[in-house]
Amino acid sequence: MIKLTIDGKQVEVEKDITILKAAKTVGIDIPTLCYFELRDMNIENRPGGCRICVVEIKGRRNLAPACSTKVENGIEVNTHNIRVLNARRTVLELILSDHPAECLTCAKNGNCELQSMAQQLGVRELPYQGEQSTYRKDTSPAIIRDIDKCIMCRRCEMMCNEVQTVGALSAINRGFMAVVAPAFEMNLEKSSCTYCGQCVSVCPTGALTEVDHSRNVINALADPAKTVVVQTAPAVRAALGEEFGLEPGTLVTGKMVAALRRLGFDYVFDTDFAADLTIMEEGSELLDRLSRYLKGDKSVKLPILTSCCPGWVNFFEHNFPEMRDIPSTAKSPQQMFGPIAKEYFGKKLGIDRKNMIVVSIMPCLAKKYECQRDEFKVNGDPDVNFSLSTRELAHLIKASNIDFNSLPEEEFDNPLGESTGASVIFGTTGGVIEAACRTAYELYTGKKLEKVDFMELRGFENIRHATIDFDGLPINIGIAHGLGNARKLLEDIKDGKSEFHAIEIMACPGGCIGGGGQPYHFGDSEILKKRAAAVYQEDAGKTIRKSHENPFIIQLYKEFLGKPLGEKSHHLLHTKYFDKSASVFVEE
Amino acid sequence: MAKIKLSERKIQELKEVCKSFNNEKGELINVLHKAQGLFGYLPAEVQEVIAKELNVSVAHVYGVVTFYSFFTMVPKGEHPISICLGTACYVRGAEKVLEEFKRILNVQVGETTSDGKFSLSCLRCVGACGLAPVVMVGEKVYGRVSPDGVKDIVAEYRS
Repeated sequence: MIKLTIDGKQVEVEKDITILKAAKTVGIDIPTLCYFELRDMNIENRPGGCRICVVEIKGRRNLAPACSTKVENGIEVNTHNIRVLNARRTVLELILSDHPAECLTCAKNGNCELQSMAQQLGVRELPYQGEQSTYRKDTSPAIIRDIDKCIMCRRCEMMCNEVQTVGALSAINRGFMAVVAPAFEMNLEKSSCTYCGQCVSVCPTGALTEVDHSRNVINALADPAKTVVVQTAPAVRAALGEEFGLEPGTLVTGKMVAALRRLGFDYVFDTDFAADLTIMEEGSELLDRLSRYLKGDKSVKLPILTSCCPGWVNFFEHNFPEMRDIPSTAKSPQQMFGPIAKEYFGKKLGIDRKNMIVVSIMPCLAKKYECQRDEFKVNGDPDVNFSLSTRELAHLIKASNIDFNSLPEEEFDNPLGESTGASVIFGTTGGVIEAACRTAYELYTGKKLEKVDFMELRGFENIRHATIDFDGLPINIGIAHGLGNARKLLEDIKDGKSEFHAIEIMACPGGCIGGGGQPYHFGDSEILKKRAAAVYQEDAGKTIRKSHENPFIIQLYKEFLGKPLGEKSHHLLHTKYFDKSASVFVEE
Repeated sequence: MAKIKLSERKIQELKEVCKSFNNEKGELINVLHKAQGLFGYLPAEVQEVIAKELNVSVAHVYGVVTFYSFFTMVPKGEHPISICLGTACYVRGAEKVLEEFKRILNVQVGETTSDGKFSLSCLRCVGACGLAPVVMVGEKVYGRVSPDGVKDIVAEYRS
């Protein structure tokens, strides 16, 4: 143990921890800006670059950054004497001297950590007027880079490289010219970016934000010729309340439905319905591959990988294209919902697909790109027209004068609003595969599954594995969240070391509850845990908890689809993947 | 961006360079050094090959290439011209000499003439301050260069 004093307080902590963390143990909260931590997920950024966290160590000539200076025996640390306060303020003033003062119109207004820091340190004027670095704005299908607002904290670089191992972003050039950019300063769209949006979720300023499609949705709602249908992903209901001051983990399903109805959507449906459908297709595919494999069919590839997550799909298309025949061909729930809404529900009501607008509310930014993919369009008309993030929906509700917290709890419309507990847990890591197990078990064994809670599949460890007993047949399940963890499992498969039958992968740490489109968590991993708990709570409260028991799913197959993996399903609910590994830097 | 298509043989050579450093991530700077020696510069394609061999992202390689001024993505001319702007040369009029090179060759510092013959760069002191101002063309040193003498130097290599 190390003994030191911080602001006159005796502190005893383990060695190798930083002054920043030691101070926290005695209730001293040293301000930070570039520093970022997501506890329990091994995510930490401490480049010691911004110098906001400087403290004085008695006897040392220079101030030390608390985030990257380790504790030592006997040192006396002062976190707020006049020298420290002046230095900290000057550091911030200098950062602000190269930052556009556009707070009023900035997408991050109210959620900006630089803005909060200026507030916290009481900056009331900008004394330094120097050169401002400028850079072109880069708009991709999902993410906008406005590098003028970048403060070089390099959190995005850490997320993109260390956590996600995507490697789309890197710090380039040096000194005043330094920016974070893709290779050769190409636009993000040309890079290997997966649009997972984790860079956006950790960016302290407005340098990285989502492409906002709210206006398109408002216009569609105002058009009397259009029938506007909305679907909401499972993770949204577990986080939307945070935008309205509710405790993290508060389930707001009913209020969300009420708000969407007041916004003017003609039908408020649930992506969960499509998640049940995904389980029918993906689960059947798993069983099909498994039974053929067990019969000795050498052409069958195992493990089967889930394909619900568009960030993950982009990742393997870029990095493991040679393995693109392993993931399930089932479309994601968002993209299953689209054709069912337009080709089944719309046709039933006699609405031409051109006059139906399908909007999705997603915890995700990759979904914005996914719904723009060419293979998900019919004669140029996308199956899903616009995808809004949880944050965009919150803005829309606020802008429409809806007092969210006083709304009554309302129910989704039918038929595409009915869902089971299995589909709700799609929103968290481990949930898709648990939902699949509930259905696959019963279909495979022909027996009733008594205990639907697979506790062994739940949790937040980076990579988890469990063996599920299918009535004597052990099924090995792997789970990874975060693309860096997914990469490890993929490399094992590539090397022939994988013993899994099925693997669930979600691109974002924590799964969709931690998605790039969710309310900002500012590095508080407790928020993610509470959202996950909320999702499981909704599941536990449902009377039907297995996808294949959803009465409207049964009806859909009877009336329209036929059977899982049937011809119609193949056409509407399955997709194929592309090789995107080719160099974009060299002309052929 | 200027793009080239490397020959299979050149790519193989580049891979050998990477291999000589055991394809280790930590050897990136050394690999880039050798690669620049091999190609004269570091075009995007070369960086892509290196990234793949060393299992790092292209963005990271590009980040390193743009951080160090030694690395260049612009091909050097057949005759690289360097003007010394060290203190001694500077006070004896190196800047005027530089301006004359820019005028005659019609390029900026860091650029290469369109015929690929000359590239222009600056350096700081070659240890021949007694000869200031000093100009280097390739390995050859020219001393006491005046703006008037610039066209003769260029003419020497034009023929």
